[in-house]
Amino acid sequence: MSITREEIKKIANLARISVSQEEVEQVEKKLVGIMALIEKMQEVETDSIEPMAHALDINQPLREDKVTEKDIRDQSLSLAPHSEESLFIVPQVIE
Amino acid sequence: MLNLSLKEISNALEEKKFTSVELTQFFLNRVKKHNPSLNAFITVDEGKSLAMAEKSDQLIQSGKKSTLTGIPIAQKDIFCADGWKTTCGSKMLDNFISPYDSTVINKFNNAGAVNLGKTNMDEFAMGSSNETSYFGPVKNPWNLDCVPGGSSGGSAVAVAARLSPAATGTDTGGSIRQPASLCGFTGLKPTYGLVSRYGMIAFASSLDQAGPMAISAEDCALMLDVMTGYDERDSTSLNRKKENYSNSLDNKIEGLKIGIPKEFFEDGLDSDVQKLIEEALKQYEELGAQIIDISLPNNHLAIPAYYVIAPAEASSNLSRYDGVRYGYRTKEYDDLMDMYFKTRQEGFGDEVKRRILIGTYVLSAGYFDAYYLKAQKIRRLISNDFKAAYEKCDVIMGPSAPSVAFKSGDKQEDPLAMYLQDIFTISTNLAGLPAMSIPAGFVNELPVGLQLIGNHFEESKILNVANVYQKNTDWHLQSPKGID
Repeated sequence: MSITREEIKKIANLARISVSQEEVEQVEKKLVGIMALIEKMQEVETDSIEPMAHALDINQPLREDKVTEKDIRDQSLSLAPHSEESLFIVPQVIE
Repeated sequence: MLNLSLKEISNALEEKKFTSVELTQFFLNRVKKHNPSLNAFITVDEGKSLAMAEKSDQLIQSGKKSTLTGIPIAQKDIFCADGWKTTCGSKMLDNFISPYDSTVINKFNNAGAVNLGKTNMDEFAMGSSNETSYFGPVKNPWNLDCVPGGSSGGSAVAVAARLSPAATGTDTGGSIRQPASLCGFTGLKPTYGLVSRYGMIAFASSLDQAGPMAISAEDCALMLDVMTGYDERDSTSLNRKKENYSNSLDNKIEGLKIGIPKEFFEDGLDSDVQKLIEEALKQYEELGAQIIDISLPNNHLAIPAYYVIAPAEASSNLSRYDGVRYGYRTKEYDDLMDMYFKTRQEGFGDEVKRRILIGTYVLSAGYFDAYYLKAQKIRRLISNDFKAAYEKCDVIMGPSAPSVAFKSGDKQEDPLAMYLQDIFTISTNLAGLPAMSIPAGFVNELPVGLQLIGNHFEESKILNVANVYQKNTDWHLQSPKGID
């Protein structure tokens, strides 16, 4: 199955990455080969096979919900492109 | 101080033949001299490194020394280090000063090791040639026209050109072993879950694993002794007793059963590389090992499954780079959406964007079962192939990479050709197995790596098997000419 330009625009939108018409064409050229490679997976029948998420099949451990990290709020805020007081500032989203 | 093993350096520091400050300055000078042509380091901070060395000297003075105390280690720029710029090779993190230490960095700090600097890498560890870095390509010291491999190319060159006694890397699909092969040194990817991923910038979380890059198996064992251990801050970390990897290096290998998968010697393998691998296997036979033919019938599906699983996990992991909390933000934007779109367009390079798009596609509504779930099922088939193989043999061997280092630019426009660089390494990431690359000779004055794959938690075994080979050969001791 190949991937269409319309689909590339749709997934770029989902991934929140702007792509120009020119970029869509370039991406399409490269993705065609990659998608053909991925399609090889369909050659093998896997109906009775359990999917594998962790190479050693361990489950996610649970732990008590308690604070374990030290407070680095100010340092963290200082890394933001724009912060004021104790807030990360983004363009206004609610009128 | 050049060409010493980690043990020799450690002894010399103990015997006060030189101090950690002298040693660190020596390697900083080498970095200063050769980094302009090799581009192995993104960040060097002499003041910080020397301050660490001074502290280490105090530890040594007061008799509180452990093996790596005072030894400079180059750190891949994927590991967050408190107060150090940590970029992951991306414009997106060009201004990111980490406010905390990753567990790996923390363990080296606790051991008294010196951070020699942060090494160049493919952007977000996506690449096999170190050409996708925002900070420019890294050059192979054996031939400056060639790539060093990737994604841990900066660490690879730091070790190969002896700019650092040792380095750290990460391996998601071959990013320690393929550059180890192309640059001619020893690299190890541990069992998945053995080294904590906390503070290691995530690419594909179910595959990413950190490991040592050094001259010899013995050096890698000493590094691994420091790097491993359970960490409750990484939910995939394995809770098991910490091993000592240096104790069994000299065990006898008589009777060792080496499995040779026929699939590793089919299409795509350069015939000169194949010849050297066969010679290395012959040498192992002379050392008392037994060669056994095995098969990994689903190996050809490893790259297809990987290029679903890794991009899918990457698309999720990299959604955090949105220009809000840290990292790059576009200069001009109309509203929040516009800010996200432009920030991510400008902040990510082409290969990273391509993989985010593939990942988004295979996870999108209607395609999840056909791609992601299918890939996870194939992952189990590949893992089962290895399980069956280890019924018959103790270790598996083959080439680490299909060819020697290729010319810069050669595969840059052809992602598929680039992806095939990892054809012999990717299946072990999918199965979570430990694997090494060790030097096994040269083709046209470029190094060739032999790959050793162990069963889960058999790091000690493959280090032992590698060490015995290195005690009988000197490929690993050769270094590129012209890097004085």
